[in-house]
Amino acid sequence: MRSLRESCIRHGLLTSASISILTSFGILFILIKESLPFFEDVSPWEFLTGTNWAPLMVPRDYGVIPLVVGTLLVTGVAALIVIPVGSLAAMYLSEYASSRARRILKPTLEVLAGIPTVVYGYFAITVVTPALRAVIPGVEVFNALSAGIVVAVMIIPTVASLSDDAMRSVPNALREAAFGLGATQKEVTVGVVYPGAISGVMAAYVLAIGRALGETMIVTMAAGSTPLLTLNPLDSVQTMTGYIVQVSLGDTPAGTPGYMSIFAVGLLLFVITLSLNLFRIWIQRRYVRYDT
Amino acid sequence: MKNPVIPRTVLEARNLSIHYGDSAAVSGVSLKIPEREVLAIIGPSGCGKSTLLRSFNRMNDFIDSCRFEGELLFEGVNIYGPNIDPVELRQRIGMVFQRPNPFPKSIRANITWAPRMAGYLGDYDELVERTLREAALWDESKDKLDKSALSLSGGQQQRLCIARSLAMSPEVLLMDEPCSALDPIATGKIEELIRGLREQYTVVIVTHNLQQAGRISDRTAFMYQGDLIEIDQTDRLFTQPAKKKTEDYITGRFG
Ligand SMILES: Nc1ncnc2c1ncn2[C@@H]1O[C@H](COP(=O)(O)OP(=O)(O)OP(=O)(O)O)[C@@H](O)[C@H]1O
Ligand SMILES: [Mg+2]
Repeated sequence: MRSLRESCIRHGLLTSASISILTSFGILFILIKESLPFFEDVSPWEFLTGTNWAPLMVPRDYGVIPLVVGTLLVTGVAALIVIPVGSLAAMYLSEYASSRARRILKPTLEVLAGIPTVVYGYFAITVVTPALRAVIPGVEVFNALSAGIVVAVMIIPTVASLSDDAMRSVPNALREAAFGLGATQKEVTVGVVYPGAISGVMAAYVLAIGRALGETMIVTMAAGSTPLLTLNPLDSVQTMTGYIVQVSLGDTPAGTPGYMSIFAVGLLLFVITLSLNLFRIWIQRRYVRYDT
Repeated sequence: MKNPVIPRTVLEARNLSIHYGDSAAVSGVSLKIPEREVLAIIGPSGCGKSTLLRSFNRMNDFIDSCRFEGELLFEGVNIYGPNIDPVELRQRIGMVFQRPNPFPKSIRANITWAPRMAGYLGDYDELVERTLREAALWDESKDKLDKSALSLSGGQQQRLCIARSLAMSPEVLLMDEPCSALDPIATGKIEELIRGLREQYTVVIVTHNLQQAGRISDRTAFMYQGDLIEIDQTDRLFTQPAKKKTEDYITGRFG
């Protein structure tokens, strides 16, 4: 009787695990299958190295670099904000906050992390963009900076919360060792706790970057839809996700290379995100971990 | 033979009481620790040895529920008084813990980290070699200073932790059962090391091992349920204790 129940539980768990793995493979399979016809028309080389993206115009041009650069520009702006702010917030939460402050702040962060992205999108176009345009000359109505800032605001709670978990898993014995040597709170936090938590903290950063790369709603609303090759965050850009949305919602007939191109772009995004996750696994293996 | 010089008192507790919340862990302890003494603190588990030891460099500050009464003088100054910087205090009173707790950094970095923070101006290679020699770890580690400290054995890690404390040139070294996680050979090395430290440092060591207290200490303090029952020359305390409780404890009649 017991063994029957145990085996049901085991198989149930195995099935759930398999479903998520099979889904991932299914997505990959569809992306490859659907982008094959596209790559019959456009060589992968041309796609990956071309610097002009004009899939819906004549003559058509399928150089994906402007979309990749647009994505990286938004992600870069977001990362430049998320990494320092998220780390400082985590250091505060883990090492400085009183247990009462923690009890209030930690759940608040988790609530913030659950706000729908469309809300952040509105926040970008109604608050952040006008504010930027009032302060910095030359900011376009749609721009990478505003999108990047708001993507950062969206991700900070997650990074802070995950890094806080990582820092709190650093054994207290290490803090005691450092304090016992006459280190200050700041020295203990920066010199012992943060490096001691580095694998978890790096994993949080990589996760954040992955979310920024794949973020869709905010960038579609705030970054624009002009796939120009630019490194200036004040310009309007288009991201890979933004392009996929534009075509999916537009009137490009299915089956045309213009339509098929979204699968190629999606495949590229999938590959980038996958490499990022492999990198994260590599980092986590590389550094010490503590059992708690 | 009489000692011509009266040794200077380094640490002095005056009617010290420490509570965790409502329960007393140390009650009304008074004692004086002269310079370059090795003082052993013994007593049954839970009698307040660690609590007392940790109060000497204010490591109890981190425990919210911990309350402190009385006076604790270091070099004549009350360390719980106003204008005392606990960070500076801990640079002068170092601590070695029960379980080896090296930083997950290289052996070298374990030693240089705190001096660097404190702005040590001397030669760091010299500092590493000197403290590792003092801690009897130099020969075993000189070829792998840049390897992770976690690659050392438990006994070696504990000696590294001692070397790390010595690198701050403390005046007093507090040790809380430094050998309890170690085998007899590693323990022997650390005992030898403590005997050597007496030349330069004042050492207060908590131990459960009465033979160990006998081997390494000048004086021994016996605590029981938060009280300091007796403190005396080690040989005298073990051969002719003044209090019945002490006698019961060292003859193994309880605890
Ligand atoms: N952080 C703490 N919070 C509350 N009570 C504590 C705390 N640390 C110790 N105590 C209590 O204070 C008393 C003394 O503890 P302490 O650790 O000083 O004993 P000890 O003599 O070092 O024991 P052992 O030999 O087992 O290490 C014990 O009753 C213990 O339960
Ligand atoms: Mg103890």
